[in-house]
Amino acid sequence: MSAGPSKTGGIAHRMLSALQSALIRYGLGIALILLWQYAATRAGSIFFPPPSEILHRAGELWLSGPPNRLFLGDGVFQDVIPSVIRLLFGWALAVAIGVPLGILIGRSRIASDLANPSLQFLRAIPGPALIPVFIILLGTETTMRVSLIAFGSIWPILLNTIEGTRTVDPVQLDTARAYRLPAHARLWRIVLPAAMPKIFAGVRVSLALAVILMVVSELVASTNGIGYRIQNAQIVFLLTDMWCGIVLLALLGYTLNWIFLKVEDRALGWYRGARGRAAQS
Amino acid sequence: MLKVDGLHHAYLPGQVVTENVTFDVQAGEIVSIVGPSGCGKTTLLKVLAGLLTPTAGTIHFQGEAIRGVPAGFAMVFQEYGRSLLPWATVEDNVELPLKYQPITADERRGRVEQSLGAVGLNGFGGHYPWQLSGGMQQRVAIARAIAYQPKLLLMDEPFASVDAQTRADLEDLVAAVRDRFQITIVVVTHDIDEAVYLSDRVVVLSKSPSIVLDVVATGLPRPRDQITTKALPQFVANRSAIARLIRRPEAPAH
Repeated sequence: MSAGPSKTGGIAHRMLSALQSALIRYGLGIALILLWQYAATRAGSIFFPPPSEILHRAGELWLSGPPNRLFLGDGVFQDVIPSVIRLLFGWALAVAIGVPLGILIGRSRIASDLANPSLQFLRAIPGPALIPVFIILLGTETTMRVSLIAFGSIWPILLNTIEGTRTVDPVQLDTARAYRLPAHARLWRIVLPAAMPKIFAGVRVSLALAVILMVVSELVASTNGIGYRIQNAQIVFLLTDMWCGIVLLALLGYTLNWIFLKVEDRALGWYRGARGRAAQS
Repeated sequence: MLKVDGLHHAYLPGQVVTENVTFDVQAGEIVSIVGPSGCGKTTLLKVLAGLLTPTAGTIHFQGEAIRGVPAGFAMVFQEYGRSLLPWATVEDNVELPLKYQPITADERRGRVEQSLGAVGLNGFGGHYPWQLSGGMQQRVAIARAIAYQPKLLLMDEPFASVDAQTRADLEDLVAAVRDRFQITIVVVTHDIDEAVYLSDRVVVLSKSPSIVLDVVATGLPRPRDQITTKALPQFVANRSAIARLIRRPEAPAH
C-alpha cells in the first residue's frame, strides 16, 4: 500500500473545504447581487438599474482611457483621484494631530484637566454642521474639505490614544524606571507600543468617518469629487452614474479598510499572539 | 554596601506600611526579606529600588545617600508577564536597558548573548516572551538584570508564580548568578524555605506596620543543594526559628 490514495484524498478534501469556506465567506454577497440583478431587471425602473448596467457604465466612466494613462478614464482624474487625495490628507492630518495630542493628554495630568472639558464639547459638534463655518474661514477649495475631514475623523484617534497611553501597565513603567530608561525611551519604547492596539482601533474607526466626511464635504459648494458626481448625476437624472458613484464609494471604503487591516496585522502581530496565548491559559 | 536606616513609609498619613526598618547588606551577599503577607515587603523593595520615596529614614549605597533610582540597581519583578515587553523579542527585552548605557554596540550584543546563555536560553533570542513558559519568562527577566551588570539585584517574589520544579531550578540559578557575576542580591519572599535556602542572611519583618524582628544568619555551607541542604539540621533550625518569629502574635513594641 502506498500513501498515494490517502494523499490525493487529502488534496481533494482540502479543495473541498477551501470551496466551502469561500462559499460561506462570499456566498451571501454573491446571492444578494444576483437577487438585485433579478429584481432590478424584473422591475425595469429607471431609478434602480441592474448591477450589470451599473458595472458597464462604471467601465465607461473610469476604465475607458487610452493605454498611456493605464486605461483610466477622465472620471478617475476629475473625481476619484481628487476625492482620494482629500480623504488621505484629511485622515493623515487627523492622525498627525490626534496621536501626539492624545499622548500629551494621556500622560499629563495638567494637560488632561486643561483640555478635557473643551474636548468633550468640541466632540459633540457634528462635523457636517461646521461646513458653513469652514467655508467662511477656509473658502471652498481643498483646504476646507481636508480640514473638515480631519476635524470630523480626529475624535476616535484622540480619545483612543488618550485611553491607550493612560492605561499603560504600571509594572512596565516601573521596569522602565528601575532600569533608568530616559524619558524619551519610556515614551517611544514603552508608552507608545503599549498604546498601539488602542491607537490602531481608533485610526481604523476614523478611516470610515473620513470616507463619510469626504462625501459630505463634496456635496456642498464643490465642482468635483465622487460626492459631487453622485449628487450631480442625480440632479441631471443620470441615475446609473449615481449608482456607479455609490458602488465606487463602497469599494473604496472596503479596499482602504482591507489595506489598513493588512498593515495592522504586521504592526500588531505581537498583540494578537500575546492575546491568543492569554486566552489559551 | 547597602545600609537601610530607620526606614518608615506610609502611603497616606495614618496608613503606615513600614514603621521602622533597619538592616544592612554586605557586598556579595544574598539577603532575603521575609514576613507575613501584607507586611510591606514589596513596598520596602520599591523604596530600595528608588521607585517610591520613603516618608522617613535613609538608604545609603556604598556610603552615599540615594535619592531616586540609583545607577547600578537592577530589578526582577514578580509579574514577569507584565514586566517583559510583549512587543519586543527576548533579545530586544534584554538589550533595551543597555541601549541607554555608555557601551558600544558590540559590547551590548556580547552581554545579551552572555546573559541569555547564563540563564540557559541560548537560541531563544528571537522568540517573543509570550511564546515561552512562565519559568522561561522569568529567566529572561533575570537575563535582562544580569546583562545590565548591576552592583545590586533586587528581586520581588521572583518565583511566586511558577511551579515547584521550575522554582527550585530558578533558586539554584540565583546562587549561580551571584557566584559568576559577583552581584549582591536582595530577595523579597513570603516563603521561609526559599529564604533560608537562598540566603546568607534573612531579614525577618513583623506584620504591618513592620519593623525588623531579627536578622538570621543562615550559616549554611555552599554550594547548596535542594535535597541535601534542606535536610541539614541547621536548615531546619533556621526555618523553625524564622517561622516562630513570624507567627508570634504580637511584635515587641519599639
